[in-house]
Amino acid sequence: MQFNVKDRPSMGDTPLHALDPRMKLVVAVLLIVGIVLTPERALPAYPLLWALVASLAVIGRVGVWRLARLGTVALPFALAGLTLLFTTPGQPLATVGGLTISDAGLLRFVSILIKSWLATQVSILLSLTTPFTDLLGALESLGIPQTLVLITSFLYRYVFTLNDEADRLRQARASRSAAPTYGRGGGRWWWRAQVAGGMIGNLFLRSTERSERVYAAMLARGFSGQMRAIAPPPLTWRAALPGLLPLLGLIVIEVLARLWWNG
Amino acid sequence: MSEMLIQVQGLYYHYPDGTAALEDVSFTIHRGEKVGLIGPNGAGKSTLLLHLNGILRSSSGQITIDGLPLTERSLRQIRAQVGLVFQNPDDQLFSTYVHQDVAFGPLHMGLPDAEVERRVEQALEAVGMRGAAGRISFHLSGGEKKRIAIATVLSMQPKILILDEPSSGLDPRGRRSLIQLLASFTDQTLLISTHDMRLAYDLCSRVIVLDEGKIAADGPAADLLTDAILMERHGLESVGHV
Repeated sequence: MQFNVKDRPSMGDTPLHALDPRMKLVVAVLLIVGIVLTPERALPAYPLLWALVASLAVIGRVGVWRLARLGTVALPFALAGLTLLFTTPGQPLATVGGLTISDAGLLRFVSILIKSWLATQVSILLSLTTPFTDLLGALESLGIPQTLVLITSFLYRYVFTLNDEADRLRQARASRSAAPTYGRGGGRWWWRAQVAGGMIGNLFLRSTERSERVYAAMLARGFSGQMRAIAPPPLTWRAALPGLLPLLGLIVIEVLARLWWNG
Repeated sequence: MSEMLIQVQGLYYHYPDGTAALEDVSFTIHRGEKVGLIGPNGAGKSTLLLHLNGILRSSSGQITIDGLPLTERSLRQIRAQVGLVFQNPDDQLFSTYVHQDVAFGPLHMGLPDAEVERRVEQALEAVGMRGAAGRISFHLSGGEKKRIAIATVLSMQPKILILDEPSSGLDPRGRRSLIQLLASFTDQTLLISTHDMRLAYDLCSRVIVLDEGKIAADGPAADLLTDAILMERHGLESVGHV
């Protein structure tokens, strides 16, 4: 995996880091929506959108190229749009294995690739410049159901513990996976698959038991089904104002895209 | 006799499969006492501790905490008074940041934010982890996790602090510093379940021996822990004379 949750700097002192997480989340969502809704034929809009994202990266001291590279992580999902190449009506360009690629289809597919690359960069930039808990707090104060936020926070808390647990299981298997002096070791694939299945089941049981112990630890400290946290400071205009700048940029690009380049 | 803080009378508990875990357990702990709960694996020590703040509920028997009988209605009040530190700090520390975990108890007690902050600071100070509030729980060492786990309960300012196997998984230095830490809680009533006879001997004035769900002995630590025959009979080891 290229994008590792563990490499999370998040402790910078740039204006991007300092921006209120609620505002940052709203701006990021609006940027993503804006990018996705850009008319596909407005080709000059794409470099401008990228320039917008890249300048935010510069402000947040996240390397522009690093962000561009991280942004490719979601590209395999965009391949789901591959069929658009052949199914979108338009001028035929080429024929591959009996299927015809149309110009409109090519344009649509490429625009989806670019848009998903840009949108992924926005969300990665958000996660690189906002501590995870602030992000969860922002989600909650913006009205995401607390249960969902809670599940995500537990996921983040225990993913490492679970990973360690899986590592221990793997080590236990590896240290007993000796090869015989003569002949081939390792057992048959069906047997190996059974071992792997057993390990997954084991991990599941351990996690379930852990979740029960964690829940008991929460009950012991007075948990009653409702998560409480120290109230975040109210969002002031002064704190929210810098967040409007990228939105202005987005609006300018989108207006241009619709009025001039959408011909 | 000083004030009675915990009274347990005729407590029975059966596991869901019917195995008896606790049979007719009765004892009293007074304010300021430091009591060790010792016994072999599977004796029912953890099960007993989980009853003391109502995580497990038994069908028969009565538990009274500081004069308040433990019932469905008094549950939340009692949990504020009985601070339970679990054996594995990874179960106890479920938040991302240390601060959130230490603030969890006070927040659920409905304290105002300023008071919560004050208590978090105090609790971290008490366990010698000042300045750790912003750290990520997962990145702490075993000994540090233990300290934070204790802080998460101290911040609730419980009347009694209960620790389940506090020294398990700690290296000798971590264990030593834990013993010093617990010894520094001079006014705090303590109930410590442990296999660590030395720890019980150093910290507790009284021990309760639990075996097969029954109380096998209850008396001064200095007498019971040095009684080789008694200790051996219950799968334990006596502390050599010092």
